[in-house]
Amino acid sequence: MDFMVFQYPMITVQACLDGILLGVLFALIAYGMALQWGVMNIINIAQGDLVILGGYIAYFMYLYGIHPAWGVIVSPFIMYFVGIGIYKLVINKVVDRDLFISILATFGISILFMQLMNFAFGADVVLANSGYGTTFLFDSNVVLPNSKIFSAVVSILFAICLVIYMKKSKLGRAIRATAQNARAAKILGVDTEKVYAATFGINAALCGVAGALISITFTIHPYMGLPYTIRSFMIVIVAGLGNLPGVALSGMGLGVFEEFADYLLGTEFRIGSVFLLLVLILVYRRFKLSRKREYLK
Amino acid sequence: MKLNKLILSFISAIAILFSTSVVSFAKVVGDKIVLGAAISLTGKYSSNGVHTQNGYNMAVDRINSMGGVKVGGKTYKFEIIYYDDESNPKRAAQLAERLISQDGVEFMLGPYSSGLTKAIAPVTEKYGVPMVEANGASRSLFTKGYKYLFAVLAPANLYLDVAIETAVELNGGKGVRIAQAFEQDAFSQDVRLGILDAAERTGSEIIIDDKLPKELNDMAATLVKVKQMKPDVLVVSGHTKGALTAIRQIAEMKVDVPMLAMTHCDAAKLSKQHGKNSQYALCASQWHKSLTYKDNFFKDGMTYAADFQKEFGYDPPYQSAESSAALLVFKDAFERANSFDQKKVRDALAATNMQTFYGNIKFAPGGQNVDKPMVLFQVMCDGSGKCENKVVAPLKWASAKLIHPIPKWSER
Repeated sequence: MDFMVFQYPMITVQACLDGILLGVLFALIAYGMALQWGVMNIINIAQGDLVILGGYIAYFMYLYGIHPAWGVIVSPFIMYFVGIGIYKLVINKVVDRDLFISILATFGISILFMQLMNFAFGADVVLANSGYGTTFLFDSNVVLPNSKIFSAVVSILFAICLVIYMKKSKLGRAIRATAQNARAAKILGVDTEKVYAATFGINAALCGVAGALISITFTIHPYMGLPYTIRSFMIVIVAGLGNLPGVALSGMGLGVFEEFADYLLGTEFRIGSVFLLLVLILVYRRFKLSRKREYLK
Repeated sequence: MKLNKLILSFISAIAILFSTSVVSFAKVVGDKIVLGAAISLTGKYSSNGVHTQNGYNMAVDRINSMGGVKVGGKTYKFEIIYYDDESNPKRAAQLAERLISQDGVEFMLGPYSSGLTKAIAPVTEKYGVPMVEANGASRSLFTKGYKYLFAVLAPANLYLDVAIETAVELNGGKGVRIAQAFEQDAFSQDVRLGILDAAERTGSEIIIDDKLPKELNDMAATLVKVKQMKPDVLVVSGHTKGALTAIRQIAEMKVDVPMLAMTHCDAAKLSKQHGKNSQYALCASQWHKSLTYKDNFFKDGMTYAADFQKEFGYDPPYQSAESSAALLVFKDAFERANSFDQKKVRDALAATNMQTFYGNIKFAPGGQNVDKPMVLFQVMCDGSGKCENKVVAPLKWASAKLIHPIPKWSER
């Protein structure tokens, strides 16, 4: 145990800020997962791999001399169609089946994506430089890379847009109706097939945004997807489906938790502590997790 | 009916495969010496696996075109059977079995990475198959008493201790304060042991000792501590991701540290792709093209680099150079043994004492090369922002003077 984080108050502030900025990004991924879990009752193990694929799109733009920040516009656009493609090929065959089948199917997609990305982009760790510089706070005792701030701001903007879209647009209403009761929605003339496809596409697009942001703030690698899946899975079970403020809060909570685990236990236990927390929460919520679809409010 | 046919054709395909693979390979066929190698062509090591394979192929072509190997008055040519180990240790061990017991290979070349070499070594040892490997530097490979394992590279614990010694020297012989962060894999932990040894030897103090996870992409916590504690040296080793993560976050968080020492800078293409951010980083390397070692096949480092560039279209990383050197060692050993008897070749390998373009090669009883020091290069940039790796230590090979301490971010 290393208690340095409490000995220097500025490190505590730093850890909290880092955690919150990171958590907002996690929340964006988790929101996509919550959306399609709520609507389609599918737990998408390939969530993290979609994120990484989105990251590669931004990285390749960077390689060709385009500023990677444009990735947050281009990547979701491409990823939307990738999402629809996955839906048409695989997901539509498992959407009404048992939850276990969908986990297996998306697990398969995840492995396929990892290997394909490795094959296509190589096994090197890559990153895209944004050149955004640094913000110093509190007499430069707290240092925040602007890329992290940028990614948090973009995440929040996308989340707000999505909420408005879900509330106001026709498709958004259809999605919410399908989440509440797919059969009733169908009877009332909602083309649920289309709604499912769009939901999966929107989820993939959110992953695309997050991936582009991760390539700007951290690093990407074909095999780095799983920790993002686990994190978003965890955020969703803590927050519940369709609870956007909950998702945002538990995302930030997880970010701060990770940072403190990093300082207290050491970086090697960072991801490990997330897994441990997941187990604890699962045990705690064992009885509360209903098997039925929950409503997307 | 259709299914029956399918099954039948499948079985016959397998039968054909087996019949060909069993009879066609033996150690020395006609005028060919067949070597076996499991290489990571897919999976997480695939880029370095390809560097390794290119290095092997380059040397095979060169040796064959320059007269081949002379044993017992006859000339032989090298040939390599490759299998893809998918970067997976279990698969690598299986493939080594297969190469030896099915394909009849009697001499092996190493795979890429310490982990995979560790998986293969017990197999080659069991069958008494001499293996010259070029990409497994972990110290634990050389302490197990293997008799048939020979490594042309310096062991991992020697990677960065030169950096600590240099720092102490520049500090007037007084011990320095070291912050270190290492990934938890065999290789990086060996590099760490080397640093611990060097620290003890020089009376230096380790003030931060962090371990990095396999899925590392954020080491901000370590760097915040570095900012607070202000060590004299920061050492990071975690393969390419460690190097990239450190360089990105040190630049973004404007961490000032007088000396930054790392591994895998060339694999991470720091000087080419991350230019100014990586400026002044010190990197351990097995080889650099500007070293002046010589041999008859590749002449020297510069010629090797130019030939490699022509053949494969990129500058050779040290992984390729050391792989090429492995073939030169085999050729030399075959000729001195003047036989294809595995024991005699093994003894000839153990007695190797030669110079290649890659460096001097002489094996300790454990199998590691003890005659080739590591080199340290520093990333240096000119005014236009073009950055290059320049050798700064050991002094004998240095092409530039070490810049120390690293200028503060606010003054750059």
